[in-house]
Amino acid sequence: MSEMDWIAIGTIADIPLRGARCVNTPQGKIGVFRTAEDQVFAIEDHCPHKGGPLSQGIVHGAAVTCPLHNWVFSLETGKALGADEGAVRTIPLKVEDGRLFIALELRASKAA
Amino acid sequence: MTERLVIIGNGMAPGRMLEHLLEAAPDRYQVTIFNAEPRVNYDRIMLSPVLSGEKVFEEIVIHGDGWYIKHGITLYKGHRIVAIDRVAKTVTSDHGVTEPYDRLVVATGSVPFIIPVPGTDLPGVLTYRDLDDVNAMLLAAQSRARAVVIGGGLLGLEAAAGLKEQGMDVTVLHVMPTLMERQLDPAAGYLLQKAVEARGIKVMTKANTKAIVGDGKVEGVELADGTIIPATLVVMAVGIRPNASIARDAGIDTNRGIVVDHGMRTSDPDILALGECAEVGGQVYGLVAPLYEMARVAAAHLAGDETACFVHSDTPTKLKVTGIDLYSLGDFADGDDREEIVLRDAAAGIYKRLVLKDNRVIGTVLYGETGDGAWFNDLKKKQTDISEMRDTLIFGQAYQGGSPLDPMAAVAALADDAEICGCNGVCKGKITGSIVAKGLTSLDDVRAHTKASASCGSCTGLVEQLMSLTLGDSYNPTAVQPMCKCTELGHDDVRRLIKAKGLKTIPEVMQELQWKTSCGCAKCRPALNYYLVCDWPDEYADDYQSRFINERVHANIQKDGTYSVVPRMWGGVTSSGELRAIADVVDKFEIPLVKVTGGQRIDMLGIKKEDLPAVWSDLGKAGFVSGHAYAKGLRTVKTCVGSDWCRFGTQDSTGLGIRIEKFMWGSWTPAKLKMAVSGCPRNCAEATCKDIGVICVDSGFEIHFAGAAGLDIKGTEVLGLVKSEDEALEVIVALTQMYREQGRYLERIYKWAKRVGIAEIRRQILDDAGKRKAYYERFVFSQKFAQVDPWSERVSGKDKHEFRPMASVGYAEAAE
Repeated sequence: MSEMDWIAIGTIADIPLRGARCVNTPQGKIGVFRTAEDQVFAIEDHCPHKGGPLSQGIVHGAAVTCPLHNWVFSLETGKALGADEGAVRTIPLKVEDGRLFIALELRASKAA
Repeated sequence: MTERLVIIGNGMAPGRMLEHLLEAAPDRYQVTIFNAEPRVNYDRIMLSPVLSGEKVFEEIVIHGDGWYIKHGITLYKGHRIVAIDRVAKTVTSDHGVTEPYDRLVVATGSVPFIIPVPGTDLPGVLTYRDLDDVNAMLLAAQSRARAVVIGGGLLGLEAAAGLKEQGMDVTVLHVMPTLMERQLDPAAGYLLQKAVEARGIKVMTKANTKAIVGDGKVEGVELADGTIIPATLVVMAVGIRPNASIARDAGIDTNRGIVVDHGMRTSDPDILALGECAEVGGQVYGLVAPLYEMARVAAAHLAGDETACFVHSDTPTKLKVTGIDLYSLGDFADGDDREEIVLRDAAAGIYKRLVLKDNRVIGTVLYGETGDGAWFNDLKKKQTDISEMRDTLIFGQAYQGGSPLDPMAAVAALADDAEICGCNGVCKGKITGSIVAKGLTSLDDVRAHTKASASCGSCTGLVEQLMSLTLGDSYNPTAVQPMCKCTELGHDDVRRLIKAKGLKTIPEVMQELQWKTSCGCAKCRPALNYYLVCDWPDEYADDYQSRFINERVHANIQKDGTYSVVPRMWGGVTSSGELRAIADVVDKFEIPLVKVTGGQRIDMLGIKKEDLPAVWSDLGKAGFVSGHAYAKGLRTVKTCVGSDWCRFGTQDSTGLGIRIEKFMWGSWTPAKLKMAVSGCPRNCAEATCKDIGVICVDSGFEIHFAGAAGLDIKGTEVLGLVKSEDEALEVIVALTQMYREQGRYLERIYKWAKRVGIAEIRRQILDDAGKRKAYYERFVFSQKFAQVDPWSERVSGKDKHEFRPMASVGYAEAAE
């Protein structure tokens, strides 16, 4: 499958400003984040350090701090910021008229 | 041959003069002093603390008997000079001693002004001038009866505060519309009046005394409108007049005072005058700084230096009543050619006003926060053009410049004679000098050696900055550590600025304090949210997204992302009904672990986030509310069974614990707050390692605080003993509020206490009833907005997005 398969998950208004919600998928939870500037990002809701739910962290700028041990991740790149090393998977996301869609690699992985 | 120097009067001015003279010309004179008071030289400024009981006379002596002996000075105590014979060059005392002089110094001070109304000669009418007056007041105060102080100036208010401390019912009568009108503008006078009244002192302004009434002794004061205020003690503190009569009788030139030139010489070249009796350049003085300047000049002239010259300078006025900070300097009247900058913060009781003329500071009134007084004084003295910093001037020295300044730079720029500690009159040079000379390395050392920041502690930050400047890297003060990478400002500075600038939202704080990031970080946001919740309880809307997850979902996140839930069990007491409800919830939601906590309650662990509202709903039906086991706020109040059950119990410790918990639950604090109440010193509730603890004893309740049993282990400090449960609650609440207002976010109470000083906390919470009451009331006010059960709110639907996934996707497709 070369083309992305976009799945509707809700609207931007469902997520609080500087907050996050999570989306359940068969491969685990995805955190969907909304920044103070109304940018929206989706990343894997699972800290590579000890598995903390990133969607429960404090959102600041385009970053989130894990609630368990304060690792900080860029929402844009998924990479840990500061002294820590690690990354979470970012999930493609698009906004159309305030509606949010994510692309899962589900089909591709199943087809493989 | 030594000359004979005779001094009439033995107050602070001639005392200081002698110190200078003995240094400059130790052997030139044979010195004789006649003191109308039967005692040595003492610090008259400290009479108010003697009256209030904070000090005893021995502590305020400047020159003890030994000093006079050591310097070969003859001191006639209790000898009043009745005549100066300028031809024979002798003085004669009321006990008949006649002493010849070559040089004579008149330092007769001042006499209290007695208002010309009937009855001022009745027994029970006192003035406030010397130790005899203080002793008479202390004697009168033993009756615990009613006192009226006539005069709402510096002296009158200090007298009133002292008498109140001694347990009297005190009314202050002041003829003008506002208190201390000569030093304060009406706005500051009003704040002062409120603070005085908060101590339980009644204040009547525009009160014109018509007569002091009584039959054989004082019974009351009658006002012009006919009102009679009953009193067994009347203190007259309406002002002073230079005591120039002895000089006038001797034919020396006098006006209001004894007229002297700028070398302190009277019209008789052999006679000098100084102190409150002297009039120089048409002015008479009553504050100590110019009097000491006179002493310096007089000593120089006596030592042969004819060039010394008295220079007038405005002296700031400060009130010596613990807990009331006010500072006034220079000219602050309105005028067409003047401008003013005003900052008010009603909630914090802060008022600052600068009066400018031609872009120069000519006067200042500071109330509530007086730390920048020295800087404003300096600007005024040096006539600095302030147009460049006009916008930020009122916020004080630390906040000048385009970007948040390195606070050290401001301190580094201070002159050596800039006053750092107002309470103890310690200037920068003294502090830095002592650090170097004595090799001081800790704040406690600096406090011990210089007294700087040893009283009210408000200058601690400045003192620490001076230590950093002087010691370099070897001293690393907490005061200048920035909150986080988003700002250069430390927690204390941010807290002060939130109040000073009236900042009421997180974006406003970040804008005004020039945060370096657009919306902070996980360190500063929760801190700012707490500071704003604490400072503006009625106005600030809690920023949910700036709270840690635990405080957002009102449960404790566990390592696997599930949550634990701890309902409140007041004082650790539960019942079969409550236990049954917990058992049902555990079964219904298949909660994997139930555990008894260290705080005498029950923890249910492993609850899925989605289940939280349903768990709370069931718990709520059984009467449970959140235990705030996740909060930087009030957690548990542990108790023992106390006098109801225990054969050793002295008080109802369980009841008191429950009462404290019910009163204080829901309050947010800088860090978690755990308490305990033990019914006897056997201390089964382990109160002596808690943030705040109570040990009940037969005679009352011993209040403990600042214990720790976590990362650090530390026994509590004893705050003090109170007699009743009501008092215990008031003290605990006031202490908590003081900590809430001063603590840095995540700073436990024992760390805060170490920073502020146990003595200072005790002074504010136990000794100062006015302050205690004010803290108490601010806590009570804040509780109006805080005591809402977060669980029932969420059962009713608040923040419901938090407990549900936004969507579940991929499953249908996967099944295809």
